[in-house]
Amino acid sequence: MNPPDTLEATQPSSPTKVIVNDVTFQMATANGTGSQSANNIFAKTLFRMGIPVAAKNLFPSNIQGLPTWFSLRASKDGYTSCKRDIDFLVGMNPATWSKDVAEVRQGAAVLYNSDELSSEILKSRPDLVTYPVPITTLVKEHIPAPKLRKMLANVVYVGAVAELLGMDHDVLRGVIADNFKSKPKAVDINVKAAEVGREYVRQNLEKKDPFRVETMNANEGKLLIEGNTMGALGALMGGCTTLFWYPITPSSSLPEALIAQFRRFRIDPSNEEHRYVDVQCEDELASAGAVLGAGWAGARSCTSTSGPGISLMSEFIGFGYYAEIPSVFFDVQRVGPSTGLPTRTAQGDILLCYHCSHGDTKNICLLPGGPEEYYEFSRQAFDVADRFQTPVFVLSDLDLGMNFWMCDQPEYPTEGFDRGKVMSEEDLENAKSFGRYRDVDGDGIPYRTLPGNKHPLASYFTRGSGHDEDANYSEDGDTFRRNLARIGKKIEGSRDKLPQPILDANDKAKVGLIAYGSTEAAMQEVRDMLSSDGVPTSYLRLRALPVAKNVVEDFLRNHERVYIIEQNRDGQLETILRDDIRNGELTDRLRHVRHFTGIPIDAQTVRSSVLEQEKN
Amino acid sequence: MNTATTNHAGFAKSDYEGQPSTLCKGCGHDNITRHIITAYYEMGINPYDVVKPSGIGCSSKTPAYFIHRGYGINSVHGRMPSVSLGAKLANGNLQVVGISGDGDSASIGMGQFCHAVRRNLDMVYVVENNGVYGLTKGQFSATADRGSTLKTGDINSLEDIDLCATAITLNGTFVARAYSNDAKQLRAMIKASIAHRGTSLLDVISPCVTFNNHEGSTKSISYVKEHDVHLNQVGFVPHWEQDEVELKAGEASEIRLPDGSQIVVRQVRDNYDPTDRIAALQVLREVADQGEILTGLIYVSPQEPDFNTISKLNATKGLCHYDEADLRPTKEQMSEYLASYR
Ligand SMILES: Cc1ncc(C[n+]2csc(CCOP(=O)(O)OP(=O)(O)O)c2C)c(N)n1
Ligand code: SF4
Ligand SMILES: [Mg+2]
Repeated sequence: MNPPDTLEATQPSSPTKVIVNDVTFQMATANGTGSQSANNIFAKTLFRMGIPVAAKNLFPSNIQGLPTWFSLRASKDGYTSCKRDIDFLVGMNPATWSKDVAEVRQGAAVLYNSDELSSEILKSRPDLVTYPVPITTLVKEHIPAPKLRKMLANVVYVGAVAELLGMDHDVLRGVIADNFKSKPKAVDINVKAAEVGREYVRQNLEKKDPFRVETMNANEGKLLIEGNTMGALGALMGGCTTLFWYPITPSSSLPEALIAQFRRFRIDPSNEEHRYVDVQCEDELASAGAVLGAGWAGARSCTSTSGPGISLMSEFIGFGYYAEIPSVFFDVQRVGPSTGLPTRTAQGDILLCYHCSHGDTKNICLLPGGPEEYYEFSRQAFDVADRFQTPVFVLSDLDLGMNFWMCDQPEYPTEGFDRGKVMSEEDLENAKSFGRYRDVDGDGIPYRTLPGNKHPLASYFTRGSGHDEDANYSEDGDTFRRNLARIGKKIEGSRDKLPQPILDANDKAKVGLIAYGSTEAAMQEVRDMLSSDGVPTSYLRLRALPVAKNVVEDFLRNHERVYIIEQNRDGQLETILRDDIRNGELTDRLRHVRHFTGIPIDAQTVRSSVLEQEKN
Repeated sequence: MNTATTNHAGFAKSDYEGQPSTLCKGCGHDNITRHIITAYYEMGINPYDVVKPSGIGCSSKTPAYFIHRGYGINSVHGRMPSVSLGAKLANGNLQVVGISGDGDSASIGMGQFCHAVRRNLDMVYVVENNGVYGLTKGQFSATADRGSTLKTGDINSLEDIDLCATAITLNGTFVARAYSNDAKQLRAMIKASIAHRGTSLLDVISPCVTFNNHEGSTKSISYVKEHDVHLNQVGFVPHWEQDEVELKAGEASEIRLPDGSQIVVRQVRDNYDPTDRIAALQVLREVADQGEILTGLIYVSPQEPDFNTISKLNATKGLCHYDEADLRPTKEQMSEYLASYR
């Protein structure tokens, strides 16, 4: 493994050193100007050149005019987390220009629209390599359609940067062609806009920065895809037939992708019949109620939302927990409390989902660490829900859900659905007796029948009020205790049946790191950095709640200090672990890194926090 | 099986009964329960196909007291419609009879009530309307009339929400009001609402004998008896009994439902046409302004598509019955789909 280029190790402004396939761009634009499509074209071009890329959109909760940043990291080492240090800035937005310039790293390159942005500001940063491009004038001269000029200005900078970096223009043209496949007319004009940028650089500017890109071969078989599309695909393959949802950022693109997949794969061409239903409900309460109604009636059902929606659903989730109804809830987390930062990322709903609803509740949560797992866990969630007859959460976040990630082609499932303990008429005939909430197998998981089952033993009454083993109404204290304890046992029993933690142990390490979810993207880089800092580490990634307690205990036992890295303020996962592991000798080893700015966690932040704490 | 004691589907009346009621003696809700039992029995609906979602309240407890061979789901307060939505979409063969109260539907669940009506999910939607919150001991509900009093003497100073008028405004396809003590009318209306394809709203005035049966209440047994104004008299003729209908011209009109059964509407109020939405709103307003309670079949539009039809679902195979072979694209199809992400 190559040691990472650290700030000190590279001197971008030194003209002799060339840096290949290791550059972080930032495009500073205003939203609603069409920059997104241009930025995606740019990212895809690098991706198709075989260079590992990670693209992050930093966008406002607004439709037009507010600043938005797109950061794109190309990394030959395959590091896909956010990076704080910007090597190459594209300035398009006067409103943020001075701040954008102030924040780039020492010696960075800056390409900017010199028609709109003042070069005065650059005087404060003589270290920068600057490329003024009169983009507004160029589009006026070369793009005949005035309506398209604003949008195509973005494609002009793509062409200009591509030329400066040495990007493959044929690949760029191919990406543009694919991007506008459905509107062939747009292809030519976009290609032309890119050419205009390229031509201007060739004629007027001299390359002075050290950044280059070159074709490599790291992306064989990979996809560049929005996380939520992978989550949706998991639900499709997991057999979801009933989707109920209410729009909310950053969740909406999951149901929208799932609906697109439904339309593609689940309409019978012979008669137009649908093997799915999607309902945009009146609110999240209705979504939750419909998911439970459908799950109760035997369909695989899910909803997708974010924190505010989970808050609204919480009464129903407790009903699902206590009445034991299979159901799947996606929470694509954003920054709370309240409306918080609705377009920024966090891991702030862990405790909310784990204990969602009043009374004693403990819900199974799956914590995908990347797009492949997003697909995998989303698919498995439907089996887990059926197996344990309970609401199951799939917790992703804005970073994983809405950004474009490189990932492997998802695996085609080899197993069929596991529908859990459902009794058919024939099963009932053989069993001779049935009680909905009896613990027949000793695992706390009861048997259920589906409405419409016509065996005389099949019917039962589902309720959120106290009930006995045969689903009869009961206010008897002992019956209540027995039943709730059984449900507790059922959930406890899931600990070793959910996706297990992934351990990467290092014999020499005294320091252990624990992370989960999208933080995974930063962890390889964190560990490489710390290792070159002289702090070798082991790494345990948790993938589900309730956690496999013994694995975490062993990990604590084998390390002197263990850092829990989370994207929330209060250490929500740490709270859960401390509750699970009531052994002071082990929990005294816990330390933490907590990041909650709304920007995806970056390796440098984790590294400096760990190094600082290691001094003590 | 002894045909004398079974319905045409071969089930006995006892298959439609439930556990003993635990409501107050004389509660209007128990009458509704009785009529549901009879109507479903006489309609020959397979009791195993009946699902009985409800919200929370005395009214919402009643699904435990009827059709024990069916499947009850006593959910959370005001959210019966969403549970019904999920269940019916999951399996279109299920016969949904959703039970709610006036607190359940006109306050906490008003949003779900409106959207259920708007979707026209094929279900019977019963509001057991007593003008108070029974289970929480007699606070006003939003269907309490202005000027009506509580047992404590408190006077309701706000106008009521008329669920029937609301449903008509929302393009509801079957809207009726009945009185829990009027067996004949209520039974016919339950039957008609089972046969109707779409959301059938039955707003049943159902006196709470414990908290809202006093002088000054406009939902007491005596007040309702005195002020019940019949819009029409409703008869129901199921499709398998069509030969027996004989109507004298001018006396009644028939409304034919998609399954071939008929609602026979005998006029009480002159020239009232229950397929005229504007007239429906007008008569509701007029009668309410006179301090009277209008009952009868207020509005019906029998040919509108229900939500499962709109959703293009198979009429006989429920979504819950598909397996991986039906639901997963092939490996090749999946790769082809993902190609655009390369
Ligand atoms: C979220 C929630 N809030 C409050 C309650 C308390 N509650 C139980 S029943 C009820 C009112 C029921 O009134 P209605 O629907 O008219 O039914 P009735 O008892 O009159 O038949 C209320 C407020 C509850 N169960 N859940
Ligand atoms: S309190 Fe009223 S509504 Fe409830 S059971 Fe008694 S009479 Fe019926
Ligand atoms: Mg009431």
